[in-house]
Order: sequence, then structure tokens, then C-alpha cells
Amino acid sequence: MKFEVAVEVRLREGIADPQGQTIERALPALGFDGVEGVRVGKVIRFEIEASDAANARGEVEEMCDRFLANPVIEDTEVTIT
Amino acid sequence: MSERVGVVVFPGSNCEFDVVEAVGSVGGDGNLVWHGDTSLAGFDAVVLPGGFAHGDYLRPGAIARFSPIMDAVRDFAAAGGPVVGICNGFQILTEAGLLPGALQKNAGNKFICHPVQLRVESINSALTNAAELGAILRIPVNHGEGNFTCDAATLREIEAKGQVVFRYVENPNGSMSDIAGVANEAGNVVGLMPHPERASEELLGSADGRVLLESLLGAATTPLARSRPA
Repeated sequence: MKFEVAVEVRLREGIADPQGQTIERALPALGFDGVEGVRVGKVIRFEIEASDAANARGEVEEMCDRFLANPVIEDTEVTIT
Repeated sequence: MSERVGVVVFPGSNCEFDVVEAVGSVGGDGNLVWHGDTSLAGFDAVVLPGGFAHGDYLRPGAIARFSPIMDAVRDFAAAGGPVVGICNGFQILTEAGLLPGALQKNAGNKFICHPVQLRVESINSALTNAAELGAILRIPVNHGEGNFTCDAATLREIEAKGQVVFRYVENPNGSMSDIAGVANEAGNVVGLMPHPERASEELLGSADGRVLLESLLGAATTPLARSRPA
């Protein structure tokens, strides 16, 4: 079966986010007030062939651990549909 | 006989010739090694130079750590051989798990390129054994992602074990505890964001990087390095 995968990679809680801070500072200049807690991450999307969703998830999580994220500073959230 | 220093060239490296030249200027024998090679036999020290290995895609160093040469780099380091990562090379060594922490985007998001002052915080490393503890060195930085970070437990551990090798006198990028360079516990693997090879002649504005390159050659001739398997 083919599954659609979205891996959200985001900085771990407590890790400073210079991009998020810059965006947060820029928003009021454009008239968007009251925004706080901006965090920038990335989403990696792909399709994967697997026998079932659990196997797909297992494989994707291994990809996250070994390659897609740096566990020192990043967390991932995997969505499989 | 000159110490043979292998300078690893990844697709996207751009400081390899500078490192070869600078190593030569302190009496070493710098040689380029392609990242697709699998052996470091015959080398006394290894440098991972600056640049944008594999385009820095995904994260700096994320793809380079899987280059074929990296198994040999890992074995070389495990056997006590001196391994130094400069700038992008530092990022690669953290991604490979050979050094603690990670380098993220500079605070303020600016790519910075200017000389900084560094304080030598440890002389028990392959890059500082000939330097003086507390010495201030003027060496250029050139990076967008040099903001050293790690979790609190790791920070405590590397501070306690003397693995912080260099600190910025004035922090240019938001690095935790002003850290500019770290070593592994044994001290034979060292990474730093500033570029000692660009401070290797007075003509370049500073020769303060020479003592670091001399240290590297010194580390290359220690019994530990010599006893490693060929």
C-alpha cells in the first residue's frame, strides 16, 4: 500500500529560534499585533510503500532518528494518511 | 618528515585549498582527500574544512555525515588520531556524533564574516596543545549557522570535563556560554567555527591561527596517533 507522509520537523522546546524571533519582531511593523510564540519548522512530505500504516510509521520514525531531524535540537511529528 | 594531513573535500567544500596552504606554511604536508574515498591510511591528521558540503541541504552536515569517507574518519578518531572540523567541518562532526552539541542559525539571522577574538579555554586538545591557556587569538569567522547549542546536561558535562576549547570574547552569533569550539572527551577531535587557516600569515591580517595548526601537527606526532592501525 502507498501512504502519504508528512514529517514536521521543529526545534525542541527551549531551543532558541532566531528565525521565529525575527518574524515575531517583523509582524507588528506590518500591523499584526498580539502575536507571540512564533516558531519556525519545516515539513517534509513524501509517499512510502509499506504493508500497513504501522510499518510505514516505523520506517518513517527511523528516518527521523537517523536523518530527517537532528535529535540534539529538533523534534518531529509524523502524520501518515 | 612532514606530518601528512588529509583535508577532506566534500561536494561544496570551499576552504580545502586554504587549509592545505596553511598547513604547508607551518611545515605540514596537506593533501586533498575526496569524500567518496574510504581510507585515510598514511595520514597523521585529518581536517574537515569549511564550505557548504552537499549544499547544506536539510541541515549543514546532515548529508555529509553519510559520505563514504566518514567511516574512516570515525575509525581514525576512535584510534586517537587528531581530527579537526573547521566551520562546516565542525557542523559535520556534530551531525556525525563525534562532537557534542549542534550549530544552529545565528542569533539575529545574519551571516557573519569578520575577525573575532577567541580565548583559548583548554590546551588539552589536538588544536591547542602548543597554545597558551587564556591566550586571545584574532581569527575570522564566516558563517550563518554557528550558534552553538546543546541541552543543559550536555553543557554541564562539557564544561566540567574541559571540553570547551575556545570561547568568543564578544559573542557574535548567540552561542551558548560564548562557545566557539569544543573537543571530544579525549581531546583528539576538535571543532570550531572560526577559520585558523585564514589567520596563518600576517599578510592575511593575523597569524594567530598558526599556533593552532602547529598544535595539530604536534598532535599528529604523539605516540597515541602513531600507534593507530594503518
